[in-house]
Amino acid sequence: MELLYAITTGVLTACGLYLTLRGRTFPVVVGLTLLSYAVNLFLFSMGGLTTDGAALVNEGTQYADPLPQALVLTAIVIGFAMTAFVVILAMRARSEVGNDHVDGKKEDRE
Amino acid sequence: MIQHLIVLPVVLPLVAGILLLYQRQGLVRYKRIVSVVASLLLLLVSIALVRQAASGEITYYALGDWQPPFGVVLVLDRLSALMVLITSILAIGAVVFACGGDDEKGSNFHGLFQWQLLGINGAFLTGDLFNLFVFFEVLLLASYALLLHGGGKARIQASVHYVVLNLAGSSLFLIAVGILYGATGTLNMADMGYKLASLPAEREGLVTAGALMLLVVFGLKAAILPLYFWLPRAYAAAPAPVAALFAIMTKVGVYAILRVYSLIFGEQAGSLVALEQPWVWWLSLATLAAAGVGVMAARDLRLLVAYLVLISVGTLLAGVGMRSVDATSALLYYLIHTTLVTGGLFLLAEMIGLQRGKPGTRIVKGRPLVQGNALAITFFIGAIAVVGMPPLSGALGKAMVLVAAEGTQRLWLWPLLLLASLASLIALSRAGSTLFWRSHRGSPSGSPLSRYQWFGMLWLLSAAPLLVVFAGPVSSYTQATGEQLANPQLLIETLLPDAGETP
Repeated sequence: MELLYAITTGVLTACGLYLTLRGRTFPVVVGLTLLSYAVNLFLFSMGGLTTDGAALVNEGTQYADPLPQALVLTAIVIGFAMTAFVVILAMRARSEVGNDHVDGKKEDRE
Repeated sequence: MIQHLIVLPVVLPLVAGILLLYQRQGLVRYKRIVSVVASLLLLLVSIALVRQAASGEITYYALGDWQPPFGVVLVLDRLSALMVLITSILAIGAVVFACGGDDEKGSNFHGLFQWQLLGINGAFLTGDLFNLFVFFEVLLLASYALLLHGGGKARIQASVHYVVLNLAGSSLFLIAVGILYGATGTLNMADMGYKLASLPAEREGLVTAGALMLLVVFGLKAAILPLYFWLPRAYAAAPAPVAALFAIMTKVGVYAILRVYSLIFGEQAGSLVALEQPWVWWLSLATLAAAGVGVMAARDLRLLVAYLVLISVGTLLAGVGMRSVDATSALLYYLIHTTLVTGGLFLLAEMIGLQRGKPGTRIVKGRPLVQGNALAITFFIGAIAVVGMPPLSGALGKAMVLVAAEGTQRLWLWPLLLLASLASLIALSRAGSTLFWRSHRGSPSGSPLSRYQWFGMLWLLSAAPLLVVFAGPVSSYTQATGEQLANPQLLIETLLPDAGETP
């Protein structure tokens, strides 16, 4: 399970990073979203991966670390709000500047 | 009541911000009164906090009474009290200036302004790494909206870069926090510092990676060399009172570097002690050099002031990179000076631009100014203060930083800092003579500026002479702050009473 988890996080990060470095605002937004998914997965794994761990602390039994879950929840909420904001901002930039390049340049075609 | 004082710098702007949400537009008078009164109350609270912290006692506030290391804590020591005080002084100048008309150019200015203060104060007070992230996000979200206040092409363009960069920075922050939590099993900064002392050797690599990633995030906020390119455009495009408030935002990054690496990676951290030092030291020098060139190249007064902010960041981080008590004391004195004076200069640049009309703040010939004499004199005083010529506070601050350098550090810091100061002196005198002397013939036009704007600007610039008059008490406070930071054991023992027993 660890290997699958690590590969998933890695692929998501790589895709996110690649898209963030693109020149148009839409891929950049998608890239930031993928990056935040990868970060959430990563944070979640930081308490150590357990299967069938008890959700509540019980003496003697193995339990899942509850703190990363709380952190991920906070990070998801913040990431969601930020994504909504950046989508609106990209749309405003498209309508005010007249094109969707992050630097507002026209001539630079992909 | 007195033990709840620590949480007030966070709760007060929060409540004020909620009150200000009442109507999106309109009710201008009511909103201005609420916003100014809230800022004044914040100033009173922060003065009380500084008096409390000046005794040297470290106090903390456990939210919900969950004791550290489990709960979320706000920690008050000399450094955080000082930073909150600077924020509230800056806020009053900016908010009064905004009452001169800037707040009506868009909606919800005052509410967002108060929430930005909430984020800044929270970041200064928190004792928990994850909460530092949350407060960073609060202040960033408010700053995104404030940067867009008033709209316009330049602001939206600058915002796209600023928002995307900071979102990527936030992802990095979360990864770094995750790594540090995974390696040490705690998020409380004092507890983390304590646990590093008994860190298993195989986890040292993980902690080093996490710590240096945090440095990238804080460096992005503080605008250190390879990460500063967002700053000049964003600060030059922001509305003037927002740009003035942003003068403290780079200092949030400097504060975070100072706090995290002195507390978590202090003496007790074994082989990980001061792992940030070479990076901060060399990059700060490079920042100084690049900003010196930038200041000479700026063709717009607001861009010029933005590069002056970069020079101050370079100077401050050079102080952090020296990592000695004297250097910390010097950089804190310089930090008070530079935050307030560059904030004032942003306001002054806006006032000059308003009176010039069409040419705005571009450094080209324009019409004579109606209030030209008064503006020219304040510009002269502000320029002397920011460049660091005697008799104002910039000279004292820079001299203290220069003296704090030791041995070969002097060889690098002295020429770079002095050359950067020379560059800003040349750029400012060129800008001043073009703006005030080389004007077209003809009668002055334009309307006089509102007295709110004069008050806000003079309130901030008056810090320069006042810091010289009260240099004694201020520098003894910063000296004591430096000593407190150099001894993180005190803070750890206050937060974790059990920590002292099992070394």
